[in-house]
Amino acid sequence: MLDHEPEVLDALDQPRPTVVDDRTVVRATSVTRRFGDRVVLDDIDLEIRKGEFVALLGRSGSGKSTLLRALAGLDTGVEGRITVPAARSVVFQDPRLLPWSTVLDNVVLGLKGADARDQGREVLDEVGLGGHGDAWPKTLSGGEAQRAALARALVRQPELLLLDEPFGALDALTRIRMHVLLQRLCARYTPAVLLVTHDVDEALLLADRVLVLTDGGISLDVPVEIATPRLRGDQAFISLRSRLLAELGVDEVAEGDHRKDDQ
Amino acid sequence: MTAVANRPEQLLGLPGVRLVDLKTADELDPEQRRPKRRVPRSIERLAGVVLLLALWQLAASLGWISPRVLAGPANVASTFWDMVTDGTLGDAVWVSFQRVAIGMLIGVPVGLLLALFSGLSRVGEDLVDSTMHTLRFVPIIGLMPLIIVWFGIGETAKISLIVIGVTFPIYVNTANAIKTIDPRNLELARTLELSRWATIRRVVLPAALPSFLVGLRMATGIAWLLLVFSEQLNAKSGIGYLMIKAQTFFLTDVIVVCLLVYAVLGLLSDIGIRLVEGKVLRWQPGR
Repeated sequence: MLDHEPEVLDALDQPRPTVVDDRTVVRATSVTRRFGDRVVLDDIDLEIRKGEFVALLGRSGSGKSTLLRALAGLDTGVEGRITVPAARSVVFQDPRLLPWSTVLDNVVLGLKGADARDQGREVLDEVGLGGHGDAWPKTLSGGEAQRAALARALVRQPELLLLDEPFGALDALTRIRMHVLLQRLCARYTPAVLLVTHDVDEALLLADRVLVLTDGGISLDVPVEIATPRLRGDQAFISLRSRLLAELGVDEVAEGDHRKDDQ
Repeated sequence: MTAVANRPEQLLGLPGVRLVDLKTADELDPEQRRPKRRVPRSIERLAGVVLLLALWQLAASLGWISPRVLAGPANVASTFWDMVTDGTLGDAVWVSFQRVAIGMLIGVPVGLLLALFSGLSRVGEDLVDSTMHTLRFVPIIGLMPLIIVWFGIGETAKISLIVIGVTFPIYVNTANAIKTIDPRNLELARTLELSRWATIRRVVLPAALPSFLVGLRMATGIAWLLLVFSEQLNAKSGIGYLMIKAQTFFLTDVIVVCLLVYAVLGLLSDIGIRLVEGKVLRWQPGR
């Protein structure tokens, strides 16, 4: 069973009794989002099971972040029915550390309980920022700040971790280290994860399941059955990568030719 | 060809590509790298003031400027010492300081509360904001006749004028900071399920603090200005009163002493606020 009561984020529809099977922690039904005449999310159904790592791919403007924000409860204009765990955390593309609070105060912001600060220090240790608890956020590098944001998300022991392109602004080397860190933390805290990204390799390295969002609907929903440790050179990796790129409208061969023309 | 052999493109031998040698530390000899000043900067800065004082003293000593027009520096200095030793200056400064302090102790919280009310609620914004921005353009000094009608010419009148003058810069700066707060931080507060009070205390108020302090510095300047004005108009004590009394007897030395005291008091309060700023805004980048 869930550690926390599921919370129904019901925006415009009438609430109905919820049936959540004991493995499903996220259930979104007929989720639609309109901005004026534009339909960004068109009647989407989505389920995520306990501890499952789901990557959501899509071209820019495909509505990936809109769906994530709906699941985070940040969008009250969304239609449909969304049931999510009460304990959920969001990591945004920018670390969003409050500059006027120390790193530790940022991590435990809003956290209740007498041992909140001890928990915060423990998680900061885990993300490799043990010595930075009393530092101001301005002293952190981009990667360190994002690790602090990850610590802030995990110290709440979320049943659902929502990651909105969390590594998009980091350099390639830092990103690789963040992937390893995230895998380790997910193995320890076992939250269900929804990772919004436009990086196909990132999705394949981390996720149990990949969704592709096209024109407001989920156009592809595939399990990632690649043996761990996953390597970019594996045949299974390469073929699933091609399939996902094709779904995203990228023709590798044509793009490759194009690149050759440029030189 | 040999004449231009030293040009960079010739050295590297790339015809058709224009190259330039960039200036590096190698080309400067060691003495040039850290230019030595003949006169330290701080002394150079003081030199202008000293020169002005010297000219002023010279003009006074040679009788070019009559003491009835403007007393000389030596005269001003000895008058200052007399006023300090007989206690007149200390008493006047204490009275004036109290007026400014009481005015600010009332005006700052009033401006702050109005800013919070206007920044944190839609009703508050509708009721307060446009009203404040309209009243802001009423010349505060022009309110004096009205204030005298309301409160007479006692302490209440002087302090009210300072309260009114202080409220506006505090309000305008703080309310604007609250209104332009980064919406991403408010979104963060929602995902962390902060209560409304916690959001105000942890996110809104710290974000508004730098602007509030700018407002506080402006308010302090305005408070001293209004104090001078109201003390010269109707007072039985304070620095402004000393000046008006001196004016009737053409005691320009006393007037100059009072002006300098006002300047020093204004400067000291500004330095005080800047010290506080440096302490509470340590988190800001570039500090």
